[in-house]
Amino acid sequence: MNMLLIPMALVLAVAMIGSAALALFTSTRITAVLASGLVSLFASVLFLLLAAPDVAMTEAAIGSGLTTFLFVFVLSRIRRESDQ
Amino acid sequence: MNLARNTIVVVLLALLGMAFYTLFAGYVPDESLNISALYYAENTAAETGAQNVVAAIIVTYRGLDTLGEVTVLFLTAAIVGLVLAESRAPKKAAGHGILPPGELLTTGARLLVPMILLFGAYVFINGHLTPGGGFQGGAILASGAILMLLADPGKRFSHGLISRIESISGLAYVVIGVIGAIWAGGFLDNAILPLGTFGSLASAGAIPLIYALIGLKVGAEFSSMLQSFEETEDAA
Repeated sequence: MNMLLIPMALVLAVAMIGSAALALFTSTRITAVLASGLVSLFASVLFLLLAAPDVAMTEAAIGSGLTTFLFVFVLSRIRRESDQ
Repeated sequence: MNLARNTIVVVLLALLGMAFYTLFAGYVPDESLNISALYYAENTAAETGAQNVVAAIIVTYRGLDTLGEVTVLFLTAAIVGLVLAESRAPKKAAGHGILPPGELLTTGARLLVPMILLFGAYVFINGHLTPGGGFQGGAILASGAILMLLADPGKRFSHGLISRIESISGLAYVVIGVIGAIWAGGFLDNAILPLGTFGSLASAGAIPLIYALIGLKVGAEFSSMLQSFEETEDAA
């Protein structure tokens, strides 16, 4: 169990840092929003590995679900207003 | 100037990294549970009848803190509603037309929204048995609601219905707490209902009831916040 856990946690940590860097350095806004949602999604899987399924569900629902939705929502508003 | 600023940023990051590294290097896994964790692990099943220890701690042992969290969320939703009510668009003009959602999103939402709502309800009703609970379930309900709004930007839920659901569930939550103080061991004690068979749906006393109320309240609050964002008028 532990043999499998540590490499998986490492992979998830690297993936989190990678998607955070993508969110910082990408040039398109929508990619940045999706990448920051991806950070939360990897974090929730990491919480699941660390035996905290309740926290994992909160992180998945609020961090990667609602927040990403909200950003997409606001982005579409901004685009709509700048078109006018 | 720019160089100085970058140096400051790098130094701050290095300090933060050092702080995290000291935490990580000094971490020793506990040999055994600490006193309160040991108490919860040994007595939760007998005292509350809840299979999910986390739910028992959140709803019963630390019920007052949860009431405080729900209040914080309620205040946030109320203030967002209050601030955005100033710029609410007229009924027909809100969200119309310019960014049409597209066939894929509309069809997908039609399939997914009922399932998401059902899953949210499942999560908060089974909060005392499986991981999850009122907050998670409520957030899932709200993500179903925002998917509905994304698929059809002109759509309106009834504000009256949402605020009624929210007020009734909040009031019922406090009333259950007070009943616990009168009939059982204290404020928000779950023993006002029979504890039931360990592990069945109708067990753990008032925990499923309280979690269902929290789930409805959180879902209604998030939905009303998101809907207020959608309904604001475009700045001309």
